[in-house]
Amino acid sequence: MEKVIEVENLITHYGDREILKNISFSIPKSSITVILGGSGCGKSTLLKHLIGLLKPTSGKIIINGNDITKLNEDQMNEIRKKMGILFQGAALLNSMTILENVALPLHEHTKLKESTIEIMVRMKLDLVGLSGFDSFYPSQLSGGMKKRAGLARALALDPEMLFFDEPSAGLDPVTAAGLDELIIKLNKVFRMTIIVVTHELPSVFKIADYIIMLDKGYVIFTGTLNELKNSDNPRIRMFLERQPEEEKYSPDDYFRVIAGE
Amino acid sequence: MPSEYRNFIEVIGSKTKPVRISIHNISHIINEIFYWAFISPFKGFPIRVKACINEMVKAGYNSVPIISVISFFIGVILAFQAAYQLKKVGALIYVANLVGVSLTRELGPIITAIIVSGRSGSAYAAEIGSMKAAEEIDALISMGINPVRFIVVPKLVALMIMVPALTVFSDLIGIFGGFVLSTTILEIHPLNYFNQTVNALLVKDVLTGLMKAWAFGVVITIVGVYQGFMVKGGAEEVGLRTTSAVVASIFLVIVSDLFFTALFYYFT
Ligand SMILES: Nc1ncnc2c1ncn2[C@@H]1O[C@H](COP(=O)(O)OP(=O)(O)OP(=O)(O)O)[C@@H](O)[C@H]1O
Ligand SMILES: [Mg+2]
Repeated sequence: MEKVIEVENLITHYGDREILKNISFSIPKSSITVILGGSGCGKSTLLKHLIGLLKPTSGKIIINGNDITKLNEDQMNEIRKKMGILFQGAALLNSMTILENVALPLHEHTKLKESTIEIMVRMKLDLVGLSGFDSFYPSQLSGGMKKRAGLARALALDPEMLFFDEPSAGLDPVTAAGLDELIIKLNKVFRMTIIVVTHELPSVFKIADYIIMLDKGYVIFTGTLNELKNSDNPRIRMFLERQPEEEKYSPDDYFRVIAGE
Repeated sequence: MPSEYRNFIEVIGSKTKPVRISIHNISHIINEIFYWAFISPFKGFPIRVKACINEMVKAGYNSVPIISVISFFIGVILAFQAAYQLKKVGALIYVANLVGVSLTRELGPIITAIIVSGRSGSAYAAEIGSMKAAEEIDALISMGINPVRFIVVPKLVALMIMVPALTVFSDLIGIFGGFVLSTTILEIHPLNYFNQTVNALLVKDVLTGLMKAWAFGVVITIVGVYQGFMVKGGAEEVGLRTTSAVVASIFLVIVSDLFFTALFYYFT
């Protein structure tokens, strides 16, 4: 199994708070990897490190053989051209139409003619099922449509790697399933390496080839879907069976906590 | 004793930490802005001309009405106030000098800068702040597009051109306001007033005013943009940052005005 991304001993902080606590894992090429974990365990933080938006305190992130923590801005931008990212809230530029949004990476990184760019944009919009919406502004689209438009933008430069932060968050089950189908299609048809951050179990069961599970800043599991289902780690079982965390305090402790002692 | 001494140093260190961090952030942003505005265009990253024009329309053209009205009134007020004193010594014609010189040297640039702070400085903070809150800035970076080049440089170019341009405009309208009052209520002959103004004004007066205006444009952009980039949380922080952008840019406009006025006093 060929690896595109290798993370070694990654430690990250926000201020003085340690978020990722010495984690190591690797991500296989041309498959769908899901980074799974509860709210606040550091999934989005990890994703931001993988795409070079944040610099870790220590550790290595090796993408296609380059340690991106040591690259300068120009070298990093070369790598970013091979990445497409769909952010949690789509992050379309509100001052531009959908067409201009999707065309933006093409304008900035290629010397193609305006007419060629328009055709390419229409192709991407068609791929995500948004034909005919080119002249709409992001504020005129629904949440699901925005995500699709964000995906079209992420696909604009035909990336090798595609990152999704919570693709189905805030979508109804049908739309979310549609997005899952699209992810599978992109992987099967275009052989893209896809990395999805999520905590939605139905979508994990549907799309995941390989799973990395985070818990409180540690990697507690890496492996395939079947291995995950058969794991007997109590934290994983709790997550899969949707059990709440056990009571943190005895009633006496609780009174002490709310009294601020 | 040594440990108490160390505690003291530590207290100073921790109390000044936020200040040191903001100085670091500000100098970083200023550095980036000047790099992408003045150096990178020569390295094959052209300035986005269309975006510049767009910003120039928003910041400049759209504030023409408000600047004309305010400058006209200020011209009238100045003429009134000058007449109040000059009438006593029978030198009413010097109203023209006073109105012309104080507008071109001082009031034109300042009025323009304050209006632009209120309109554009706040708009810049709000725009960038909400882009930050909605991860749009992250999205730009992840597409390999530098947000300073993409968003800030057009704004800087726009204000560097538009604040001086609006200042010229404000000077003219203000002088016209003084002219209207003097030729009607103060009963000065229009031709006399005109000649007196032309003789009183030196090229130097106008030029120093315009240089100040240029600097104010730079200050307003940097403050607005800095406040925008400092947004970390959500919408309510955007509101706070917008307010501080206006307050801080008006304050810094006045401070830099003091600096330039002192400079010109000694070196022209
Ligand atoms: N900009 C920030 N500054 C300081 N702390 C942060 C910041 N962003 C996140 N954190 C903290 O880091 C931890 C991990 O956050 P992160 O956003 O990575 O969680 P997540 O796993 O993506 O959660 P969710 O599933 O809710 O999106 C959280 O405890 C959060 O409080
Ligand atoms: Mg998240």
